[in-house]
Amino acid sequence: MDLIIDITLLTFLGITALAINRIDKLFCIIMLSGIYSLLCASLFVTMDAVDVAFTEAAVGTGIVTVLLLSTIGATDTQQRSAPHRPLLALLMVCTTGAILIYGTMDMPAFGDPEAPIHQHVAPRYINESLHEVGPPNIVTSILASYRGIDTLGETVVIFTAGLSVVGLIGFRGMQKFGDRKRAAGITRDDMDEHLVLRIIIKMFIPLILLFALYVQFHGDYGPGGGFQAGVIFASGFIFYTLMYGLDKAMQVMPPRVLGYIGALGVLIYGGVGVTTMLLGGNFLDYNVLMHEPLHGQHLGIFLIELGIGITVFSIMLLIFFAFSSRKGLRQ
Amino acid sequence: MEIMLNWISALSIGMGVFLGVTGAVGIFRLPNFFTRLHAASVTDSGCAFLILFGLMLQSGLTIPTVKLCFILIFFLISSPTATHALAKTALDCGAEPTPHPHEER
Amino acid sequence: MNIGAHYNYWVAIFLMMTGFYIVITHGNLIKKLIGLNLFSTSVFILYISLAKVRGGTAPIAAPGIEVYSNPLPHVLILTAIVVGVATTAVGLALVLLIYDRYGTIEEDEIRLKDDSL
Repeated sequence: MDLIIDITLLTFLGITALAINRIDKLFCIIMLSGIYSLLCASLFVTMDAVDVAFTEAAVGTGIVTVLLLSTIGATDTQQRSAPHRPLLALLMVCTTGAILIYGTMDMPAFGDPEAPIHQHVAPRYINESLHEVGPPNIVTSILASYRGIDTLGETVVIFTAGLSVVGLIGFRGMQKFGDRKRAAGITRDDMDEHLVLRIIIKMFIPLILLFALYVQFHGDYGPGGGFQAGVIFASGFIFYTLMYGLDKAMQVMPPRVLGYIGALGVLIYGGVGVTTMLLGGNFLDYNVLMHEPLHGQHLGIFLIELGIGITVFSIMLLIFFAFSSRKGLRQ
Repeated sequence: MEIMLNWISALSIGMGVFLGVTGAVGIFRLPNFFTRLHAASVTDSGCAFLILFGLMLQSGLTIPTVKLCFILIFFLISSPTATHALAKTALDCGAEPTPHPHEER
Repeated sequence: MNIGAHYNYWVAIFLMMTGFYIVITHGNLIKKLIGLNLFSTSVFILYISLAKVRGGTAPIAAPGIEVYSNPLPHVLILTAIVVGVATTAVGLALVLLIYDRYGTIEEDEIRLKDDSL
């Protein structure tokens, strides 16, 4: 039964990929790439990777689709040139694919419990995680404690991406907020025109933010954690921007404050590491944070997940604001 | 009791699947944007509601049932809103709900 | 070597090659970025297929469950997804800048404008 679901989802993925290749309209292929991400998320769920599925659905379907749509809003919406040298490319692609498939002949069968990948480090993580680190979610304990330095690098990568985008694009036409208030001018009549949407959105935004906080703090016990929570929190604000306009959204959450918040998240993460060094342990060794090692681990994981969530939220929202303030999209 | 619950949930999921397939067929075969939108909204509201209801019956009175209930309420509110947003935008951009038969296609 | 043993890997490679084909043949910059996204997502599928253990469940410790799927590739792919979206965001920012400078996002037209400058 599992195999049938697997094969069906993979076939759909293949069809979607071929369709993305053939279609000309950029809007259609952006929607198809969103569908592709959701199919991948379903596939990850059937393969027991629930955290990964959550992240792929939130990040790949949500944020990437929004950014792509903002980009084609400011540029063209149609692909205009024919493919370059399709036959040569097809030959190269088929050769590379054949070599790779030949390479997979030596790989262990799908689902084999005796595969070498399950023999060395993974049994230690699975068996010792409850005693050494604490949270039932083994992925969180590996991400935050055993491999904490990689996650620090990832957070800094997100922060750097935010810096790059703001440095490359910036925010066009940021005037003083006083002028903005008069110019923003969404009058009472305009808002009444979109009455249904306005009321529903007002109802949903608090629930979305609450759900984001739930995901953030529940990451120890189920799928979740800082990344997904940050993205969901940012999507609540994106929702607000879509209804009330970019100017009002920038008043609610000024980009300068977002920059400070993003830096604060990375600071919290790095600060935890330096604190553990000052208290006598290694970098990011949470055992020394409190008297009991397990309590120290719990505190350490809580703090760095908070740092990750804060950074991801602010950078995603900052990137969205930067993209939305292009000339083509300002109405 | 168990058997009846199983039958009701099987019926519910089956009808949900039927509505989903019907909606998908409708998106391709119906002539106009607004009719296609109606077919898609049948999938959004009816199919999702029936399948979630069937799953809720399957999982009894546990925490996953409460979570499914929340998801159900969210779906019931948000998918008609999405349909409304699409229809309103199309109307504002000039699409006509009832074109003359010889002007379509 | 039956189909069920390696089907996942072959489909992942097929998707990888489709993404690769999109990147090298199409001239539109946004389509190239979407092809790159396709490529990286297929690599994620490959890794997660490697992590699955037959009869295992999600790696969340619960009493009574003996076999779990391998959590280590999950952690690696979590990082990879987020880094992928960061790369896509910077790539799209560059596309916006190119559009401002050249007025087009088609590679051929950009090359023509470059040659004529």
